[in-house]
Amino acid sequence: MADPLLVVRDLRTHFFTRTGVVKAVDGASFSVNRGEVLGIVGESGSGKSIAGFSIMGLVDPPGRVVDGAMTFDGIDLRALPDEEMRGLRGRRIAMVFQDPMMTLNPVLRIDTQMIEALTAHIRIGKADARARCRDALGMVGIPAPEERLSAYPHQFSGGMRQRVAIAIALLHEPDLIIADEPTTALDVTIQAQILYEVQNLVHTRDMAMLWITHDLSVVAGLADRIAVMYAGRVVETGPTEEIVERPLHPYTQGLIGSVPSRSKRGSKLRQIPGMAPSPLNLPEGCAFRPRCAYATERCGQSPADRELLPGRWGRCHHPLHLAAAGRPELAKP
Amino acid sequence: MTVFVIRRLLQSLLVMAVMSTLVFAGVFAIGNPIDILISPDATQAEYERAVRSLGLDLPLWEQYWRFLQNLADGELGISFVHHEPAIELILQRMPATLELAAVALLLSITVGIPLGLWAGLKPDSLAGRSIMVGSIFGFSLPNFWQGLMLIMIFAVMLDLMPAGGRGETAVFLGIESSIWTLDGLWHLALPAINLALFKTSLVIRLTRASVREVIGLDYVKFARAKGLSERRVVFVHVLKNIMIPVTTVIGLELGVMIAFAVVTETVFAWPGMGKLIIDSIFVLDRPVIVAYLTVIVVMFIIINLVVDILYSIFDPRVRLADVGA
Ligand SMILES: Nc1ncnc2c1ncn2[C@@H]1O[C@H](COP(=O)(O)OP(=O)(O)O)[C@@H](O)[C@H]1O
Ligand SMILES: [Mg+2]
Repeated sequence: MADPLLVVRDLRTHFFTRTGVVKAVDGASFSVNRGEVLGIVGESGSGKSIAGFSIMGLVDPPGRVVDGAMTFDGIDLRALPDEEMRGLRGRRIAMVFQDPMMTLNPVLRIDTQMIEALTAHIRIGKADARARCRDALGMVGIPAPEERLSAYPHQFSGGMRQRVAIAIALLHEPDLIIADEPTTALDVTIQAQILYEVQNLVHTRDMAMLWITHDLSVVAGLADRIAVMYAGRVVETGPTEEIVERPLHPYTQGLIGSVPSRSKRGSKLRQIPGMAPSPLNLPEGCAFRPRCAYATERCGQSPADRELLPGRWGRCHHPLHLAAAGRPELAKP
Repeated sequence: MTVFVIRRLLQSLLVMAVMSTLVFAGVFAIGNPIDILISPDATQAEYERAVRSLGLDLPLWEQYWRFLQNLADGELGISFVHHEPAIELILQRMPATLELAAVALLLSITVGIPLGLWAGLKPDSLAGRSIMVGSIFGFSLPNFWQGLMLIMIFAVMLDLMPAGGRGETAVFLGIESSIWTLDGLWHLALPAINLALFKTSLVIRLTRASVREVIGLDYVKFARAKGLSERRVVFVHVLKNIMIPVTTVIGLELGVMIAFAVVTETVFAWPGMGKLIIDSIFVLDRPVIVAYLTVIVVMFIIINLVVDILYSIFDPRVRLADVGA
């Protein structure tokens, strides 16, 4: 298999605030291939969005990428000069944000906001640009796209605005799309529609996609692989089905237990006890230790990222289900 | 839009009515102009003649009724001192004040917005901090003191600029103003700077605060995520949004500027409405005071209307809400 399109290794993005250093991302590693959707799952505040912004080179001060490597199609993103990074943004790497009500500029018409995204990267005549924007709107399912081009964002519903944002992200047929909880603010029907359409696009156009969400059930039907984030780290990665059926990290197990499902109807939903640690003050060693039922003294030392099963990596001293999978030696303390 | 304008005009009429009553009552509560107008050794007969000729012998309600009748005819009374219609006195002086306020406003916008943008975009830079410190001075030092200092430095010590008065005027585009002549501009510079200092500081602080607020919003980040140049992000996405609060405040401040030109006009002996009203207050020239206040209120109403219209140009959400109304 070819090299992954995007490789993130041990990314650390910290915010240097007055109250201290907020370690929003503190050693996250993942990669994504062309034609693949990688789901990044984790509780709110686990550093998913900041990881996305780090790839885009859009971390606002006082935040800074302090360590790690990000390689996109062989390009070292951290070493890239600003102007070249700008050339990648929107053209080869695009992003869709969580809140569609806030993503579009309220005082600019849709056509202005779409056409500028084109002319930022290519020379194109006004009529051609308009036609291309109209087609993009049509493709994401916006009715009467020609008329809608001259509208302002507040004349659209939330779902329609998110479609516009997706259309903008798709304008240059990027190699990588980072979708940061793009359907969280939408109702379930629209969410399902958009999920279906986006998945189609990724597979038919051989794009790579990072789908960020706090909701495992959303990503389970969509992502090919999953990276589970906790307190700024990726604690487990692997193919979606395997992770859902046989989680290795106790935190992943907790996440799965807290999702309502048809097969377990009637059984109680188990919430993970305790609260996520503050990124201002992460515990020594494994950050999940205070909430973990399997924690031992060893967990005071930070677990390394290991390949626990073929294709499955994780950071845990006491991974689950390994005996059943024929790797009991890894589960030993 | 039309519905909106009509509604606003009706509201304005109400404001005018309330204001005229308040002004009339307020002005009639202060002192007795006769004591100031005629010499202390006048006879009783002379005194009574003066009272009658000014209509001060009538009961208060009748004076008020006459005042309203005159107001309806656009008559605001005859100045006790100048024996000319008060409104004419004011209109004669108005261009001088308007030109002063307009130039000062222009200065505060052209200086304040760029400095505020800079301070907002680079809050931790030396320039950004210096701008903010400077604006604190402009904000907190008394206006008259700033005016006196300007005169001290530029007129007295350096002997570069005239210390007061209005320069030559000329007519251009049907407007007589001192901004069309070099001598006029020369005279206008110091008073305009004096009047602009406070507003410039206000515009700087407002622009900076708005930039700080907008720059962190998602749509600015999304604009960057599209790969737009920093120039386009700042001058289109940020600037267009901060123009909403900035226009509102600047517009409202224009009225305040005209009203508060009083101090600058006094310091620089600028022959505008402000100087007239101060002189009139000293001699209790009631019709001029009432006329002045009426003119100021009308001006505020017009400015508010213009600001609302401008506002709707900058903010499409307002525009469309009104079409529906
Ligand atoms: N501008 C900032 N200053 C300080 N801390 C921040 C800032 N932005 C984000 N953080 C912190 O980084 C952590 C991760 O945030 P984020 O990536 O947005 O989480 P999520 O996984 O919900 O997307 C949060 O705890 C948040 O408090
Ligand atoms: Mg987030």
